[in-house]
Amino acid sequence: MPHRTFIFFILPSLLSMILLIAVPIFSAMTQSLFIAHKQVIIVSETCDPFGCKKETSVDAEATANLRGKEPLGIFNGFETYTNRNHLAAAEIKTSWNVATGWKDFFSRIMNLPFYKALAFTITYTFVVTPFVIVLGFLIALGTNSLASRLKGPTIFFSLLPMIVTPLIGSLILFWMIDADGILGSTLQRIFNDNDLSIKASPALTWIMLIVYGIWHSTPFAFIVFYAGLQTVPHETLEASMLDGASLWQQKRHVVIPYLMPLIIFVTLIQLMDNFRVFEPIVGFNASANATSLSWIIFNDLRGEDALQLFGSAAATSMLTIIGVAILLTPVLIMIWKEFNSKTV
Amino acid sequence: MAVFPFLWTLWGSFKVQGDFFSKADWANAVYGIRTLAETGGTFTGNGYSSAWIEHEFWRSAINTSIVVFFVVISSLTIGTLGGYALARSGYRYALWLLMLALVFRAMPHITLVSGYLLPFFQWNLWGHLPTTIIVLVAINQPFTLWMLHSFFLNIPKELDESALVDGCNRFQAFWHIIIPVMWPGVITTGLFSFLLAYNDFAVTAMLLSQENQTMVPKIASFLGSTQQEGEVMSAVAAVVSTTLPLFVLVMFFQRQIVSGLTAGAVKG
Repeated sequence: MPHRTFIFFILPSLLSMILLIAVPIFSAMTQSLFIAHKQVIIVSETCDPFGCKKETSVDAEATANLRGKEPLGIFNGFETYTNRNHLAAAEIKTSWNVATGWKDFFSRIMNLPFYKALAFTITYTFVVTPFVIVLGFLIALGTNSLASRLKGPTIFFSLLPMIVTPLIGSLILFWMIDADGILGSTLQRIFNDNDLSIKASPALTWIMLIVYGIWHSTPFAFIVFYAGLQTVPHETLEASMLDGASLWQQKRHVVIPYLMPLIIFVTLIQLMDNFRVFEPIVGFNASANATSLSWIIFNDLRGEDALQLFGSAAATSMLTIIGVAILLTPVLIMIWKEFNSKTV
Repeated sequence: MAVFPFLWTLWGSFKVQGDFFSKADWANAVYGIRTLAETGGTFTGNGYSSAWIEHEFWRSAINTSIVVFFVVISSLTIGTLGGYALARSGYRYALWLLMLALVFRAMPHITLVSGYLLPFFQWNLWGHLPTTIIVLVAINQPFTLWMLHSFFLNIPKELDESALVDGCNRFQAFWHIIIPVMWPGVITTGLFSFLLAYNDFAVTAMLLSQENQTMVPKIASFLGSTQQEGEVMSAVAAVVSTTLPLFVLVMFFQRQIVSGLTAGAVKG
């Protein structure tokens, strides 16, 4: 296809991506270097027979004016990145010096909002992703050996957790594990502990979010693997059977290598999606015990009127994007190599 | 395992809070003891009337339909054009563009939102449905492109090349030859665009004003007021109302969804 026609065809799509995905990233980058104007403070002195008092008050009009004129605020350089709410360089330095041991050092770091969120995000990503892949694979193997009449309904039901909005899915589970809900009260009975509350304990909250994540994403892996299983050539399987391969050896040496491209595909999508975990935290109302990078950004942006922390949100965004880049590089390189080997 | 929570919530949405959150005995929620005592029947539509009428959930439902409709239409229109071009280009930059789209696909939506907010406030674009629609279309593009690209690769090249030989230009070939055969792929991609627009929370929650909210952020805003007796039930009812269309969708389009999930994947 000539270049001109190509451009003509792709222009609308490309333009929309550039304007609304690439430009916002730059916009966030710019915003992250600025900080909102401080409120304009007027000091007025009032004197009465008992002496003079200095009063400070916020000049709302002047503040609004100033902010209206320069919406970006004051240039702040990389200050926002290094302050306590983000990379917190100074805090880390002090805790490094003060900390009595590794444990103490880490517990100090975990009190910093950015690292707390980063820790959860990374844990979530790297626990949910393997679980989803293994579980999805097992369910796909299981479904594949079901009677064909049962397969349809199984697929139908298993699609639901994936299709339903994460926020809603997590709300539904949230209500069930509420201390008065069906799962919550059952757990209390099992452990014979009336104060057991999943919401109150950080460790349980993490586990709950991770379980939710697995519940939500496994269907995706299952469906992809299931479809892949249909394409595994029978001849190869039969040949391996004739050669005396056990059931496990068949899976290990025939099925898994055959599905490898799919496994890479699912891993890639899962890494991307799990890294931006966000809705479950809102749904489970879990922000006290578990926050993610996306959630911090949301929280900064949600502030009322003048309290929206654009600079702070933008800085976290940039750091998140760097995280995504680090996460994706190996997979991208892999895909790139594969593409090249195909075209040659 | 996969359905039980949904059935449980569907059943419970017709009860009162005392039954849905029944500490004493979970069987209460099944038989509706408290519901009988409080409303005189074992089923009640109180949650629904509270959500739909008092909390004006119908308004959000309308907004959602508008957003979803336009997002699906426009992202498919520009996506098919782009996907077709990528599938037929044969030059190296098509591959680069696909990789770029993949990187864009990985961007957390909320990071993009933080880029939008300030300019949108400045230009008075914030809060309107069209803004959100355009943003969602753009966010949806990488995925749409990938999917349609791999779908168009499956349509034999000879088909449109023969049209070119017969004297059509590219666009005519696309119009007369490709469009008639592309519907299976387009429907599948459309379903996924639908899901993205329907399920989105990060973008709609941040970019829409109160009265323009779609269903998902609306439910989230219910949650602030759920501590009062009975309020939880309206949130439960809203959740069920939002889930039902998806249920129907899966029922009718299961085959397309499954084929869509595997389309890009099986070929590797």
